[in-house]
Amino acid sequence: MSREQKHFDVLVVGAGPAGIAAAVTAAECGVVVGVVDDNPAPGGQIWRGESANGPSEPASWLTKLHDRNIQMLSGTRVFDHPEANVLHAETADGFLELGYRKLILATGARERFLPFPGWTLPNVMGAGGLQALVKSGLPIAGKRVVVAGTGPLLLAVASYLRQHGARIAMICEQASLRSLGRFGLALLSQPQKIVQALALRKHLAGVPYVTRSWPIAAGGDGILKDVLITRGRGTEKIACEYLACGFHLVPSTELAALIGCRMRDGYVDVDHLERTSVPDVFCAGEPTGIGGIERSLIEGQIAGAAAAGRPDLAQKHGRARAKLERFARALDRTFALRRELQSLPLPETIVCRCEDVTYSRLRPYGSWRSAKLETRCGMGPCQGRVCGPATQFLFHWTPDSVRPPIFPAFLTNLAARACREAQPSGAMRGSQ
Amino acid sequence: MPEPITVTVNGRSVAVGAGATVAAAMMISESHCRKSVLGEPRSPLCGMGICFECRAVIDGIPHCRSCQIVCAAGMEISTDE
Amino acid sequence: MSAATYDVIIVGAGIVGAACADECARQGMRVRVVDQEMVGGGATAAGMGHIVVMDDSEAQFALTRYSQRLWQELRSELPDDVEYEQCGTIWVAADDEEMDEVRRKQLCYSLREVPVEVLTAADLECLEPNLRGGMAGGLLVPEDGVLYPPCAARFLMERARARGASLDLGIPVAEIGKGRVRLANGTEFSAGTIVNAAGAASPALTAGIDVKKRKGHLVITDRYPGFVRHQLVELGYLKSAHSSTTDSVAFNVQPRKTGQVLIGSSRQYGVESRDVDHAIVSRMLERAQEYMPALAHTTAIRVWTGFRAATPDKLPLIGAWPQDSTLYLATGHEGLGITTSLASARLLVDQLTGRRSAIPTEPYLPSRAATLEHAHA
Repeated sequence: MSREQKHFDVLVVGAGPAGIAAAVTAAECGVVVGVVDDNPAPGGQIWRGESANGPSEPASWLTKLHDRNIQMLSGTRVFDHPEANVLHAETADGFLELGYRKLILATGARERFLPFPGWTLPNVMGAGGLQALVKSGLPIAGKRVVVAGTGPLLLAVASYLRQHGARIAMICEQASLRSLGRFGLALLSQPQKIVQALALRKHLAGVPYVTRSWPIAAGGDGILKDVLITRGRGTEKIACEYLACGFHLVPSTELAALIGCRMRDGYVDVDHLERTSVPDVFCAGEPTGIGGIERSLIEGQIAGAAAAGRPDLAQKHGRARAKLERFARALDRTFALRRELQSLPLPETIVCRCEDVTYSRLRPYGSWRSAKLETRCGMGPCQGRVCGPATQFLFHWTPDSVRPPIFPAFLTNLAARACREAQPSGAMRGSQ
Repeated sequence: MPEPITVTVNGRSVAVGAGATVAAAMMISESHCRKSVLGEPRSPLCGMGICFECRAVIDGIPHCRSCQIVCAAGMEISTDE
Repeated sequence: MSAATYDVIIVGAGIVGAACADECARQGMRVRVVDQEMVGGGATAAGMGHIVVMDDSEAQFALTRYSQRLWQELRSELPDDVEYEQCGTIWVAADDEEMDEVRRKQLCYSLREVPVEVLTAADLECLEPNLRGGMAGGLLVPEDGVLYPPCAARFLMERARARGASLDLGIPVAEIGKGRVRLANGTEFSAGTIVNAAGAASPALTAGIDVKKRKGHLVITDRYPGFVRHQLVELGYLKSAHSSTTDSVAFNVQPRKTGQVLIGSSRQYGVESRDVDHAIVSRMLERAQEYMPALAHTTAIRVWTGFRAATPDKLPLIGAWPQDSTLYLATGHEGLGITTSLASARLLVDQLTGRRSAIPTEPYLPSRAATLEHAHA
């Protein structure tokens, strides 16, 4: 197993839109940039599998990522922050110690999963989850799919799947038509989004779309075969091969928390230059507020410029940033979870999937910690990433503080000693 | 057009497109990835490496996150029991 | 300000406090237990949960052996989630010098009627194939075991409650002494006897208790059933437990019923922070890999810390506190809290009721410190 050490002026964690924008911007300012990402190729979730060829927005950013003096370290997962200015990461071959002068956290978001009877059946997946699998080689043509949950991701996923031949039996959005209507009005201030919305509408023509609807139970024997959803006052059972179900997004803030960044309402607290409370550490994109691609790109550019010592360049994005903040807040409001979803699990419904802890076992506990210690809920390899947001919604538990490793890592890598003398890279070159 | 790749899942040959992940290969071969503590079959949930439901044994190494590992020709994949 | 009267108020709902509550309730005493957080949330939650007979001193041997037998008697009543497993301990000898120590221990344990078996290098390879080759052998103590402490503490507390004990959780204790316990929210209770079973926090409640925090780290892996079958301890463990000034690590590994491997151990004095200390985790894991190289490619999923309550002579404090006739101590158990919890409770209640103890109690009396000072004067 290999053991390597690298050092960068600016290190970006995450190669989704925010991370790519940050890296490209910083590199344009003349600094040595490294980007680490745990997926096999850059793009994060939303640009997974996008090619660098062609005229699209992702292609243009991905091209810049490859053309600049940026070192892209894919397949690399950060698991520890052993001391200031040092990260430890695991690769397919071994261990990588990363030294940095400035750090930009662009760790993105993940789906919120809520438990309901049958949700652990194979082929019940997240909405983004199914899309990711299809992008990773799962054929979906001709397959019947129900898309459910909440959030703009549902439409984007349904549209993508349909374009790849899936038969979308229904899209079930738990938000009300009224909430969505108000959200639609919010879109009027974002012309780009209207274009997106119209495109989605075109791709989803003919697909049944119901609001105030959510899954009650997934059925099947060892594998999914149908899903029971609410519909108006009644219910409806829909035969399907896949259920793509996710309840909007939660920010991935574990690394920020480990480093000691101050949080605000569960998001990383940053100023207008994306600086966190920890010196030399910036944060951009979904971890500071769920707000979609445009917001991630803007925040990434701000953070990249600021980290490269060019706050003047960062400031020109100020107005766009403020506007996108408002959009992010509209998102939160629109796709807030309705109370009925708290009653979805039955006593025997599994809530913690890593340790198979059921709803009835968890219900008596008043805190995350006591539940965890006595039932093992949250002690599995997902480290509470799935059951944490679920139990927070179901029981109002607040999560524990974060400890290393923030992802499971091979023992030999966890044991690797931090190198005290991290050698400085080439000095910040370039303009001004 | 890149050649498809052949891997084995629980002893059976499966052809997948170049660049496909092990998780996709397992789903294509209609195999679950792992068995849970109470013995339930489990398959990928999140598709992005955070849920750990896609853990499989790859070339003898247990607990591999298959949704983030690209198939290589000849890989031997089996269910993480 | 209400004042309710109890026979005993126990401060601290860890394994020791819970065992004391259970024993007191069984003797028909009116018991109240208070804890600032939850049952079994302190060192109880953080520790390895081993039940091990230790021969560091005569007194330690007597207490651990007595208590180990009490656990064995209790095992059939323990619910599944306590995960009691009599997996045994193997003291691993890395070289001939340590093999001499094995033989000395074998004699010591056998004289005191604790079953043990000397293992040759070949035996060891057979029993624990993941230990690196070239070990000299070891000592198997088959009656040692492991359990899952938070659920054990909860079980004992529930038994106490079934006999009428009451429990106050989530409110810090502000002051104890002279027959009174006052909580941070102003609630007061009075009792004939107060037991300070607050572990590492016990000196904060009773000035003058010579208990110091001794920080430890543990790492747990994903599931690898059969990777290790017994609790494994290096003979250098005692050297680590002995040191009272330097940070130390020792090889100590345990199978959990889940198939996960629990890896320890580390000891640090004078550290207040609960944060994971990367440097000492590195040392601890390097040591573990020296003994079990195959651990290198197991997946570590969690690391955590805890504070043991350590006394200067490595023995707990069980008995009357000389400065306050209403106050008793059940604290200072260092790394043997789980093992000795049941016996500590028995000895404590013996003293409260005037019952004859199964083993001599003098070595654990809080008043011994004065005696020691006297002896050195």
